[in-house]
Formats: sequence, structure tokens, C-alpha cells
Amino acid sequence: MDKFTTLTGIAAPMPLVNIDTDMIIPKQFLKTIKRTGLGANLFDEMRFDRQGNEIADFVLNQDAYRSAEIIVAGENFGCGSSREHAPWAIKDFGVRCVIAPSFADIFYNNCFKNGILPIALPKDVVDVLMKDAEKGANARMSIDLEAQTVTTSDGEVFSFEVDSFKKHCLMEGLDDIGLTMAKADSINTFEAQAAQARPWV
Amino acid sequence: MSPKTLYDKIWDAHVAHEAEDGTCLLYIDRHLVHEVTSPQAFEGLRMTNRKVRAPDKTIAVPDHNVPTTPGRNDPKNMTEDSAIQVAALDKNAKDFGIHYYPVSDVRQGIVHIVGPEQGWTLPGMTVVCGDSHTATHGAFGALAHGIGTSEVEHVLATQTLIQKKSKNMKVEITGKLAPGVTAKDITLSVIGKTGTAGGTGYVIEYCGEAIRDLSMEGRMTVCNMAIEGGARAGLIAPDEKTYEYCMGRPHAPKGAQWEAAVAWWKTLYSDDDAHWDAVITIAGEDIAPVVTWGTSPEDVLPITAVVPSASDFQGGKVGAAQRSLDYMGLTPGTPLTDIEIDTVFIGSCTNGRIEDLRAAAAILKGKKIKEGLRAMIVPGSGLVRAQAEEEGLADIFKDAGFEWRLAGCSMCLAMNPDQLAEGERCASTSNRNFEGRQGYKGRTHLVSPGMAAAAAITGKLTDVRDMM
Repeated sequence: MDKFTTLTGIAAPMPLVNIDTDMIIPKQFLKTIKRTGLGANLFDEMRFDRQGNEIADFVLNQDAYRSAEIIVAGENFGCGSSREHAPWAIKDFGVRCVIAPSFADIFYNNCFKNGILPIALPKDVVDVLMKDAEKGANARMSIDLEAQTVTTSDGEVFSFEVDSFKKHCLMEGLDDIGLTMAKADSINTFEAQAAQARPWV
Repeated sequence: MSPKTLYDKIWDAHVAHEAEDGTCLLYIDRHLVHEVTSPQAFEGLRMTNRKVRAPDKTIAVPDHNVPTTPGRNDPKNMTEDSAIQVAALDKNAKDFGIHYYPVSDVRQGIVHIVGPEQGWTLPGMTVVCGDSHTATHGAFGALAHGIGTSEVEHVLATQTLIQKKSKNMKVEITGKLAPGVTAKDITLSVIGKTGTAGGTGYVIEYCGEAIRDLSMEGRMTVCNMAIEGGARAGLIAPDEKTYEYCMGRPHAPKGAQWEAAVAWWKTLYSDDDAHWDAVITIAGEDIAPVVTWGTSPEDVLPITAVVPSASDFQGGKVGAAQRSLDYMGLTPGTPLTDIEIDTVFIGSCTNGRIEDLRAAAAILKGKKIKEGLRAMIVPGSGLVRAQAEEEGLADIFKDAGFEWRLAGCSMCLAMNPDQLAEGERCASTSNRNFEGRQGYKGRTHLVSPGMAAAAAITGKLTDVRDMM
């Protein structure tokens, strides 16, 4: 997995609540058996018309935001379907960080498995960041995972919370499965005990 | 011992390892797999030379993009990319030696219907699947939730999941439901009250008389939509109905093991003085048949209400409501029962079980659907379909003018050919009314099976109580 340590980049404002994973990557793009190439269809139905033409007022179609690396959004980002194609598409587009007042549980977890940092901050802080993002390409936001801070283009600094284990894995780019396999003894022991206690499972 | 919730008990029984910071390895008893969210996980195993740790606890079935029309056993009758995904699942199931119900098997169906039906899902288990509606299995008092594809690979390789414990929420539905009010109305009404993020960070236990009174099918409908309220999982404590449903199923324990299992299952309830981080109580009598008007499952209103206006809401929801009204093509103040529909879809892991089909048939018996309307019934599994045919329900549907389809997810997420056309409006028993969910620019109103059947007859959103 790609490491995440620091990031300075353009933030795209998406002041919409309940952005669901069907919006992030519509179902017709789930028929792939690969993890890559989904960025072309990120937010497809909001971004393109049926003929494949760009919808001009969609944020990622505006010149200032075409190379956005951060998304600032409303509450409950990533709700709905568990499809990991959503973070795959976000990452493939080039976005490495999403900031919102809250995230849906499965999407939030999926981000960390893909080198994406989801940052939950209070609504009033996100409002400040949204305004900063609305300034366009000249306004670059900075994220420092080690320090757990977001810095606006004006130099205003906000701290965020992140689970220590998830932070560690993201900063080091660690493979979860490898880490868990190193605990095989614990799993073996548990499995043997459970087979005794609940043999019908 | 300190008092525990049902969730606490199941959690404690499955922790294989706990780190100092509370990060746990949770052992997984059942891993359900479908064709859309698993190919990359199996590919990951191959690339790293890893095996499936517990193939006996891993069950696969294609459901999301299989066609529901005859001839589908022939891959030529699928779109090329769908056929590739199904073929990949065929191959992965064979190569890794996991249980498999191919498209040609009468037991094939929606993974969340097949699991309980075959007795894979049992009380007290941990169940995961790369699908958010895994919450369905919580109806058995199993801790069940959706996971992403990276986690699918993690479970395949290690039979565990890296987790931190969620908080406990109790949702109590007291008293009796009024006639015409169903499990679907309960679960939508709860989301209407809490919002789609109200359950985030929680595992919900549904309890109270109205929940106890539900059949297992109804309980599955309630838990199925726990994810729509943002919860990690929904749970209902097992009871005699649960044991009765499980007994004799192909993969349920038998003989002495059955007795031992039931003895343990009887300990699976929340202790009287257990701690709840949040409690929500709704009187069953206050729940009406409901319908969604917008593009979020929280946009719930009684069928007797009118379309709201954006100004009825606050904060970020004002803009979202206006966007929903525009997308849905609705005018504030319009009675919901004046909204005309083009399509009716009855099916999905929310409402594709035999009881749902019976509820629809009770309304449709001897009636015809509105002329020009497209109406389809997609049973949740081949066995549900067979039972409905045996009970004469299929004839009622066909006589009424419904298409009688083969099992699959179908128009719930429209990955197969069953889709809404642009601007089409559908009364649907599925679980999500998101933009584009049932087809590009399609418009979805979520309802119970009885309400969907009533709408099929009148061609408009309809109060099922007027048809009873």
C-alpha cells in the first residue's frame, strides 16, 4: 500500500451531505476485476452527460480543480454500498485525502486500506476549509499525518483525530494481512478453543 | 460479571487477539462471497501465494449481475463483463475449494437470502460479506456486517478482521403494529428518525414487542437496512422463532450438537442492566405505511403526507432536499398518493423472501396491474421462487400482469439488464433510493411489498390500507 505522510495540494469543495458510493462510482463500473483505472469514472453521473461530455459546473471539471488531491465534503461522506471501488476511483483520480464532518463506517475503513486519509472534523472547521477550498487552484491546503494537522492556504492550523493503529499503517504503508499473519499463533489458539466450545460452527 | 449487551457477548466470544490500543482480531465464523466485490481479493491471494484459511466457512454465490431471465446459464446471454465476473467466481470457488451455488443451482439467489436459507447463518456467529446488506443476518442474533474488498482478502487469508468495538444502541419498538404496517415500515421509520448517519459508530439492537412479533423474514428486513441508518450492524436477540427457522436447515447442527447450540443461543440476550450508549424508542402504534420521497433512505414520510419543500429542512439538508426534489421531479405540497409511477419492483435482499411475496400476492389476488405499467417480481432465491410457485403465488402475479423472474439482485442496484430508463419512476421494495441507483436518472420510491403491489394496481403511490 502507498504510504501517506504529508500532502500539499488543491482541495475541491463538494458542499453536499450524504455523498454516497453510488455517486462516487456508479454500478456500471463495478464489473471490472481490477482495482485500477476507475479514476476516469469517478463521480461519473455528476461529471459527464450521457454522451460523455463534461458537465461544466461540476467541480472536478473546472480548471482550478482538475488536479485536486483533496476533497472537502458534507456530512456522512461515502454512505451506502460497501464497494471499495469508491476509494479505488478516488485514489486513481489522484485524490489522497477527504475531509468531511463525518464518514460512513465502511467507506472510512476502506480508505485506510488504500493509502487514502479520511479526516473527520467538526462542522464549523469543515466550513472554514470549504471556504478555503472554494478559493481555487491558488489556495493549497496542507495535511501532515504525523502531526495530525490540516493547514489552510492562510496558514490557519486545525488538529484532527485518527486511530493510532490506522495512522501507523498508513504512514508506513503496511500490509494488514501480513501484520495479521504474524499473529497466526493467536488465531490458531482461538480457532482450536472455539471448535471445542462451538463445534457446530 | 458485569452486565453485557447481546453485541458485547458475541464480540467477546470472537476476539482472537487484542492489542493494547483496543484493536482486535475478530474471528469470522461465516464469510459470504459474491462476484462483484471478490475478484480483486482472490487475485490478491494468488499474487501473494496465500490460501483461503477456512474454505469450509466460506460460501460463494453469484447474484449482483446475473440476468433474471431464462437462458442465463449460458454466458452468451450475459453482457461480456458480467460473464467475466461470474466466470471468475466459478473459477475462484473451484480453485480455492469454497462452497458454491452456481447460477444453474436451484439454491442460487441473493447471498443474504441464501445464507439463512441454507442454515449457514446461525445465532451468535460473526458473519461478513463484501456487501453492506450483510446486516441482514443480524436478524438471527449474529454479528454481521459489510466489508470492503481489501477486508474480503484479509478474511479469506486469515479468517479474522481487524476491528475496534462499536458503541451499543438500543432501538425499541413498543406495542403492536397497525394493520398494513410491516417490518419495512419499521426500518424506514427508524431511519427517518435517526437519519442515515444516526447509527454511525454503533451496533444497533432492535427489541420490543413489535420486533418480537415479527417473523424471521420480517426481522431480516429490519436488520437489512441497519446499514442505511449508518450502523455497523443490526441485531435481534434469538428466540424460539429463530431456533424454529434454523432447525433442519442443511447446514444447521443436528442431534446433540443442535442441543448444545440452542443451550448457548439461549444465553444470547442483553442483560437487564446492560449499558447502552444510545436508546431510541418508537411506539409501534405510531408507525404508518411509509414511502421515501427523495434520494436518501432518510427521506421517509407516511403515505398520507405531502411532498415536503426544501425549506422544511435545516443546515446541509436544505440543499440536499432541493437537489432531491429536482432529481425526483416532485413539487412540494403534492400529496404522495398523487405521484404516478411507471415501474414496480418487488424483490431484493430487503424484501425478496416468501413472506414478502405472500404480502404482495394478498393485495394482487384477482387484480390487474395498471395498463402500461412495467411490474416485476424477482424472488430472492431459487427456493423462494419454487415455494411461491407451489403456493400458487406465481400464478397470482402472472395473472395480475407481473413478470415472474429468476432469482438475483436485479433492479435493486441495476447491475444486470433490469434497469429504469431515464426519468422513469419506480415503487420499489429495495433498500436504496440514491440517484441513479436503479438506472441512470431513474427515480425510486422505497416501499413495503404490500405498498408496491397496491401501487402496481393503481399506477400511483397508494396507501395499502385502502386495498385491504
